[in-house]
Amino acid sequence: MMQGEILLEIKGLKKYFNLGHGRVLKAVDNINLKIKKGETLGLVGESGCGKSTAGRTIVRLYEPTEGSLIFEGEDITGLSGSRLKPFRRKLQMIFQDPYASLNPRMTVGDIIGEALDIHKLARGAGRQERIVELLRLVGLNPEHANRFPHEFSGGQRQRVGIARALAVEPQLIVCDEPISALDVSIQAQVVNLLKELQNRLGLTYLFIAHDLSMVQYISDRVAVMYLGQVVELADSLELYAKPLHPYTKALMSAIPVADPDEAAKRERVALQGDTSGAIDPVPGCRFQPRCPVAKEICRQQEPEYREVKERHFVACHLVV
Amino acid sequence: MRPILEIKNLQVAFDTYAGEVKAVRGVSYTVNPGEAVAVVGESGCGKSVTAQTVMGLIPSPPGRVVAGQILFDGQDLLNFTERQMQGVRGNQIGMIFQDPMTSLNPTMTVGRQIAEGLRKHQSLPADQALEQAKEMLKMVGIPHPDRRLNQYPHEFSGGMRQRAMIATALACRPKLLIADEPTTALDVTIQDQIIDLMRNLQRQLGMAIVLITHDLGVVAGLCSRVVVMYAGQIMEAGPVREIYYRTQHPYTRGLLASVPKTGKERKPLVSIPGTPPDLFSPPPGCPFAPRCSHAMKVCGQLVPQEQEVSPGHRVACWLTHPLAQYRKQEVAG
Repeated sequence: MMQGEILLEIKGLKKYFNLGHGRVLKAVDNINLKIKKGETLGLVGESGCGKSTAGRTIVRLYEPTEGSLIFEGEDITGLSGSRLKPFRRKLQMIFQDPYASLNPRMTVGDIIGEALDIHKLARGAGRQERIVELLRLVGLNPEHANRFPHEFSGGQRQRVGIARALAVEPQLIVCDEPISALDVSIQAQVVNLLKELQNRLGLTYLFIAHDLSMVQYISDRVAVMYLGQVVELADSLELYAKPLHPYTKALMSAIPVADPDEAAKRERVALQGDTSGAIDPVPGCRFQPRCPVAKEICRQQEPEYREVKERHFVACHLVV
Repeated sequence: MRPILEIKNLQVAFDTYAGEVKAVRGVSYTVNPGEAVAVVGESGCGKSVTAQTVMGLIPSPPGRVVAGQILFDGQDLLNFTERQMQGVRGNQIGMIFQDPMTSLNPTMTVGRQIAEGLRKHQSLPADQALEQAKEMLKMVGIPHPDRRLNQYPHEFSGGMRQRAMIATALACRPKLLIADEPTTALDVTIQDQIIDLMRNLQRQLGMAIVLITHDLGVVAGLCSRVVVMYAGQIMEAGPVREIYYRTQHPYTRGLLASVPKTGKERKPLVSIPGTPPDLFSPPPGCPFAPRCSHAMKVCGQLVPQEQEVSPGHRVACWLTHPLAQYRKQEVAG
């Protein structure tokens, strides 16, 4: 699975927001990632690090400021209108808030059916059949098609969101914090569903979340973002066992462990302050003001993002 | 030692157009002075309603205390008048909430908000109260307290706002702090800082904490006892190590199993099927029975009585009944 071909290549992706008065928010600042067919790539970071903006830019909900998106060998960055539409079908998204991302005035059947209509995938009886099939696929009942979103619980709504994304038979699904609005026992249900669907349908996921333990659980590889840049990327188990970047180390040590004995003896990397400065990044490494081991070079030069071990990338001067 | 807070058989209901919602259905727990107790459960389990009832913050109507007692320092808070409650809130019991942005007053400087309680409860003059507010900001680890005092909440980051709210809640040195999901809206690194701060302040000031959360990870690092709630009732309660290492209730076990462990090989994530019951018409018997993989016939019919399985460790589950020993071995094996 890991050696597979590349489904989407993200090259030098930038997304800047103009705030007026000459100020620019560099939400995503030069990201390079390759997403392989059939894998789950996790994207983690604190709020404001640009992970959601990255996800939205990748599915072209935002126009990239710079850089290119290459889907199955074809550059889709400049496409629009009818030429973009076939790719819209292949790239879908699941949103964080299952309350805000479903139209309250449409029945669940119509929400799912709308996707079929737009891409002219099914009509009449076939459309109805497909809706029932999709509802079953995500663990809902066919009768649910006639109900409205407010009649469902959060977990069920998230299933509707998944069914809508699956309706157009996508290849890549960007999951933007799909479980963070859900209760613990429901989170596991949705994650298990996503995994099962991946196995059955051969889906590729970009899984964006701030819940590090869940990301590790679902992802094959994980990328860590800090202020618009990817600072570390490695196989999921490797990253959690041997994090190299000081920011990743601090993040890992801050994960609360549901085990009182382990919580008591755990070594923690205290991190001062919080993320700020996507508007006026400091010179050198962006993490340097909060970094417990920063040296002179970190204040002067931006570290290069490089492969330090096989399949383990990091952007830090101090990692040899 | 007399507990600082003793909740006895509390029942709270809300009258709605669709009928009566029984949000809290007979909850009892105690908190000793200086102790941190966690109340854990999913949304709608009644953990926040219980805490808001302690603070006298349930709007009535539609809310209604049906039965029970809330003894704070030996006195029943449910008999207090609103005026008496105002002397308790923010003075003897402090409370912090999940979302610091909506709980702080956006039109008042942070300094004045912290000073407000001191001026009201301790009748301090404005300048002294502000001076003490500055001390509080320093205590909760906010840099440049002089400057921060005169800023508004929107000028603070999320973590800083939560620190400011803690400063407000602790200004009058309450004996009890109720923290309702204090870190849910925060990033992990900031969450870590806030939990650390709460742990230090608890030791420094000797106050008791009731931590309301759904995150069993946060609990493990801060609390010495845990109360697990489901559908308005207590499923299991006991010392933290008992709950984590000698889990008795299938719901607690399910909660613990649905949190993935990092750094370990991936075991399949155990999810609890179904959703919590509708509290308009709670099921007869154990509320968890419809979702429980070990449910027996009796579970759907009769409410299990609480049993003490070891000192301080209470469980409400039919599996702890002597007649269910055989079944229980099956479950454990």
